Formats: sequence, C-alpha cells, structure tokens
Amino acid sequence: MSHDHSLNPATMPEEPEKATLEGKNKFLGLWFFLGGETVLFASLFGTYLALKNSTAGGPSTTDLFGLELVFLMTMLLLTSSLTSVYAMYHMKNNDFKKMQLWLGITALLGIGFLACEIYEFAHYINDYGFTFRSSAFGSAFYTLVGFHGGHVVFGLSWLIALMVRNAKRGLNLYNAPKYYTFSLYWHFIDVVWVFIFTVVYLMGKVG
Amino acid sequence: MTESTDTNKVDTFRQQRNKEEMKKQLISFALMIGFTIIAFVLVGTEAMESMFIIPLLIILAIVQVAFQFYYFMHMKDRGHEMPAVMIYGGMGAAVLTLAALLLIVWW
Repeated sequence: MSHDHSLNPATMPEEPEKATLEGKNKFLGLWFFLGGETVLFASLFGTYLALKNSTAGGPSTTDLFGLELVFLMTMLLLTSSLTSVYAMYHMKNNDFKKMQLWLGITALLGIGFLACEIYEFAHYINDYGFTFRSSAFGSAFYTLVGFHGGHVVFGLSWLIALMVRNAKRGLNLYNAPKYYTFSLYWHFIDVVWVFIFTVVYLMGKVG
Repeated sequence: MTESTDTNKVDTFRQQRNKEEMKKQLISFALMIGFTIIAFVLVGTEAMESMFIIPLLIILAIVQVAFQFYYFMHMKDRGHEMPAVMIYGGMGAAVLTLAALLLIVWW
C-alpha cells in the first residue's frame, strides 16, 4: 500500500495510528522517550526541592506565588489535554476536518498557557527582581518551570507544523501515527504540569 | 486514489463504541478538574496543617496523573504492555533520582 492513500472508511483500520509497522514503531518510540523524560523531569524536581529554601535573602515561594494565575494556567492546559482527546476521537471516526478543528483549539489553549507563563516570569523579574541569577532557588525554579514551558513551545511548533503540512492531505495511514504521537506528548506535558502546580506552587504556598 | 473521504463515516457500530469511550474520557476529565479544584481550595483556604496537606496534595496529583495515563493516553487499553513497562521503568528511575537528590540535602 502506498503511504499517501487517503483513508477509506470501508477499509479503515480501527487504530489507524498503529496499523503500519512505522506507526507501531513511532508509538513505542514515543513511549520510550516519555520514560526518559520522566527521569529528566525527576532530576529537575529533585534539584528544585533541594534548593527551594536557598533564597539568598531574596523573595521566597510564599512571597512570590499567586494561586489565581496558576489556577488559570492549570485549567488552560488541562482543557487542552481534553481537546486533543477530542481530536483523536475524530481521527478514529475518520473525520479529518473536525480533528483539525479540535487540534486548532488545543493550539490556542496552549498559546494561552504560554502567554500566562511569560506574563508570570515578567512579573517576577520586573516587580520582585527575582531572576535566574538571584539565588539557587531562582535558578532551580526557572530551570524546572522554564523547561516545562520549553516543552510547551516545542509541542506547539510540532502541532502547528503537523496541521499546516497535512491540511490538504487528509487523514491517511502515513500521518495518523504523527498526530497520535503528538497527542501522547501533549498529555505528557500536562502530566508534568500536574506535578509542577502541586510541588512548586501549591506546596510553595503552604510553605 | 487520493480523493477526500471526509464525508463518509466509519460504520455505526464502531462509531457507537468510540462515543462510549469518549463518555469515559469526559468523566475522567470532570474528575481531574474536581481534584484540581480540591487541591487549590485546600491551599487557598488554609484548611489544614501543612503536615497533612502536603501528603494529601501529592496523593491528589498521583491520582490525577493516573487518570491522564490510563484514560487520556489509553494505557488501560489492550496492547499497552510495552508503554507501561517504559513509563513505570522511567518512574522507577525517577523515584531513585528524587530520593538521591533529597538525601544529599537532608542527610
């Protein structure tokens, strides 16, 4: 089968993302990558927990964090996780247009999250003078949260590239695994955020 | 062979099954939102001592992450043995990493 045949509902496999060997390998490969990412983020979390009280006389977690913005960011990212589930639902129903629509909503929510994060960092830097270099706490905080933000930037670029490149192609067995692996990556970003808002912000607010 | 097949639909049986799956996804989303709100309210209202609240927050996060993995990322479905091995392998190494880094500081 040539790889750019559009999917025909009569012959469409139940799981188009895993119907080809390439798809199966991408699926396993991405999970393998996520296993590695777990360790990467664990080392950043461990560093943060070890250094969060080393403020060098600068602002501490209780001085800095505000729950409202973090709650908004959490809702944006959690909802974007659901919208990408909707996109995969439409992929399984072979409805390419609706899949692209829900992925578009996912991208908008991701951009909203990123805008909040940039605002947050700018607020800390301008109003508190809290930077990467102000203390060990500052370095650990910006490394951990910034690395997650970097993952969001990468995920958004990935998503937009996929949507633009395949806009006229429609869904086929060649690009279905690409969309599916993106959705797994995007959920993983949300998994990391759950731990960030718990360990950094909520536990930081408790003290 | 490249004409668009967007207007066609997959058979109704499969569609119905996908719909039921989506219902489960929506329920897990509602639960995740609920856990998030509980966590924020607990901290926002300072309802508890920090000694109790921190383990509770961590449990809420773990439950939420389990929903994300098993429902949103389909680890509950068949054919996800290898993904489970990889992610649990990663988590095992992650726990060791965390333990090592925290031990250095607290010892």
